[in-house]
Amino acid sequence: MDTLIQQIVSGLATGGIYGSVALALVMIYQATEVVNYAQGEMAMFSTYLAWTLLNAGLPYWVAFFATLAIAFVGGLVLERILIRPVENAPVLTIVIVCIGLLVILNSVAGWVYSYIQKPFPSPFPSKPIQVGNIYFGAHDIGALGVTLVVLACLYVFFRFTTLGLAMRAAAQNPVSSRLCGIRVGWMLAVGWGLAALVGAVAGMMVAPIVFLDPNMMAGILIYAFASATLGGFTSPGGAVLGGLIVGVIENLVGTYVSFIGTELKLTVALAMILIVLVFRPSGLFGRAVVHRV
Amino acid sequence: MAALLSVRDLQARYGDTRVLRGITFEVAEGGITTILGANGAGKTTTLRAVCGMVKTDGEITLAGKRIEGRATESIVRLGVAHVPEGRGTFVQLTVQENLRLGAYARRDPANLNQDIERVCRYFPVLAERRNQVAGTLSGGEQQMLAVARALMLKPKLLLLDEPSLGLAPLVVREIFRIIRTINREEHVSVLLVEQNASLALGLADHAYLMETGTVVMSGPAAELRQNDAIRRAYLGY
Amino acid sequence: MPPRSWTFTVAGIGLAVALALPFFLSNFRLFQFSQVYIYAMALLGLNILTGYNGQISLGHGAFYAVGAYTTAIMIDQWNVPYGWTIPVAGLVCLVVGFLFGIPALRLEGLYLALATFALALAVPQILKYFEHWTGGSQGIVLSKPKAPWGLKLNPDQWLYFLCLGLLVLSFILASNLLRGRTGRAIVAIRDNPIAAQSMGVNTALYKSLTFGVSAAYTGVAGALSAVTVAYVAPDSFDVFRSITFLVGIVIGGLASVSGAIFGALFIQFVPNWAMDISKAAPWAIYGVFLIGFMYAMPRGIAGSIRLATVRWLRRRAEPRGSSGGSPR
Repeated sequence: MDTLIQQIVSGLATGGIYGSVALALVMIYQATEVVNYAQGEMAMFSTYLAWTLLNAGLPYWVAFFATLAIAFVGGLVLERILIRPVENAPVLTIVIVCIGLLVILNSVAGWVYSYIQKPFPSPFPSKPIQVGNIYFGAHDIGALGVTLVVLACLYVFFRFTTLGLAMRAAAQNPVSSRLCGIRVGWMLAVGWGLAALVGAVAGMMVAPIVFLDPNMMAGILIYAFASATLGGFTSPGGAVLGGLIVGVIENLVGTYVSFIGTELKLTVALAMILIVLVFRPSGLFGRAVVHRV
Repeated sequence: MAALLSVRDLQARYGDTRVLRGITFEVAEGGITTILGANGAGKTTTLRAVCGMVKTDGEITLAGKRIEGRATESIVRLGVAHVPEGRGTFVQLTVQENLRLGAYARRDPANLNQDIERVCRYFPVLAERRNQVAGTLSGGEQQMLAVARALMLKPKLLLLDEPSLGLAPLVVREIFRIIRTINREEHVSVLLVEQNASLALGLADHAYLMETGTVVMSGPAAELRQNDAIRRAYLGY
Repeated sequence: MPPRSWTFTVAGIGLAVALALPFFLSNFRLFQFSQVYIYAMALLGLNILTGYNGQISLGHGAFYAVGAYTTAIMIDQWNVPYGWTIPVAGLVCLVVGFLFGIPALRLEGLYLALATFALALAVPQILKYFEHWTGGSQGIVLSKPKAPWGLKLNPDQWLYFLCLGLLVLSFILASNLLRGRTGRAIVAIRDNPIAAQSMGVNTALYKSLTFGVSAAYTGVAGALSAVTVAYVAPDSFDVFRSITFLVGIVIGGLASVSGAIFGALFIQFVPNWAMDISKAAPWAIYGVFLIGFMYAMPRGIAGSIRLATVRWLRRRAEPRGSSGGSPR
């Protein structure tokens, strides 16, 4: 029973990370109908930037928030420079541009930082936290906490601020938004900035666990897809919840089902994607897209 | 009266298809002008051209400033509110959120709540449904919401694209009555595009008739109402 | 629309150049061009499904793998002459593709992309799992066939002509398919499935069949690749292969038969150029090429050629300039 709770909490921690990346994917998808395949690499690159700042001697939380700021600006600039020239092109064209970005980020990271794995510090103590008879990893709890705080801030932003409202409007109905004087292009850029920021948080929370290397986020991206599929690509909250569920399932399956090694764990994610798509394509919380004739 | 909006030799195309072939018209300051015509005459395109939503050639002047070629967002910020065909409400957002967005372009965002109250006085049904998701409102209510959202901008010029489309006659009459009140009380100039000629001519001061991309007739609304050709073709008697 | 005589002329010139190449190029270069023809066939298959029929597939690497392994297993385990394995591979993929197309009917756009993406990810795992048939991670080694009928060609030259011949055949078949009623039905389903259905097009049947046909083309390409490379292994059929195919059809031009050649040339040679330009970060250069091509030609190479041709023709027809044209 104790192991179960431990594994669930641990699963929630990784699930929070999957959910964050899933949220970033869904945010951009909702606004543009494009899945940003480069989301994982952007997070990885941000984490390397954080590593550079930490190596330069900055204290952890200073480096953390500085990285968030750089990631935000980076995402915004990427959208304006890279995506804007093709924003009216067919969707698949934009997808190829994202793939190009993915490949560039991965390759440059490998070139600048080498492919050797590096350790990345966790801001949380290494001593486990004891609750009754159960020991929880402090990083697990901390990562989960950080993720939830970031998501809560985003929720407040979108729900209660004017800019957040304008961004939601721009994603749902760009034409009407223009008629309200909203600069839809810049809303998109801010969206990319926020997605990059969320990704950076995910990257910095997961790096202490899996170690920092250019291919760190590839596996996580797949789990993020599974999360967004489970939760529904049209539901930001669903994506986060989907992430938590995927994280827990992954951990429990890995612990309790003996023949699932690390290789087949990936197959579990894929199986989840396919099962959801067969039975309920729009996900648990998504809305089925209705096409008007 | 001076012209608030003055359009000269406006041409517009969708890709290769020429829709406006050089039209000229004016909206007097403080007045209600209507553009009539059958389907495909180019009426909706005219409004979209004024808002910079289509590529145009020709001159568009708003309060002395040339606005052709400008982005929609910046034209809106000059005080032009457009209630598009199909209403354009944000169907996933609440009534309150729709109204807040209407005021987004204003430079004086203070008194947002007062403005919402003001606008709800014209459309009491919206006050009742403040927190309801806009997509669940009826057609008539959504039309009212669309006009209310436009009013939140405190516009100088209100563009209305076929507000009667798809609505019950009683609802339409109510909306038109409110438009007249808004024009008088808030000094909002109105450019109304309508297929329903008798309603439009009953409301407007000045009228233009369009056919396949050109203006074929214009004059005071009262005159056009008496015109035989118009009566037979558009008023049905 | 550019006249068909132009298309034939250009195709004829291209074919003549292709036939002459073996007498000028080294064996290695011939091998590379054989790969180009193989990729072109695979891209043609994918384009039929995604470009013409609007069903996005991120998993065509799976059909490529099925074709390749069918051939490899038949040659390795049952000593079937390679010539027979190719049509069998095509048939197998036709059936597999059709069967996959049936549940895919329920999925649209993004969701179909996700499902096929999951499929592509799973392929290497599945191949490694069924070790007894597939040889597991080691794969299957084959031997390069000699030219038949006593032709005085070395294996690379013979395989070059084989791939070229099959490519020309598949181009002709595809063109005929897409130009006729079937083609119109397929495109109608892409553009407006509800309207197509209400006009009597059996959307479900066509979509599944298109999946099957598309898989068959890619499967034959896979079979040919097994024969020319003389080796199959699970890791060469990973998700990156599927994504490369997608890149190929978008760069080459969606809904375009000629686009397959342009796309194939891109995915075969640009990575090599990128490596030449920068040994340290070659994929970064590749990414720059990708983005650059998409900026310059958002509708792919074939799309840009089409646009340029149409514009040039229009300018020839209106010598006095375009404004003031007659109303339509």
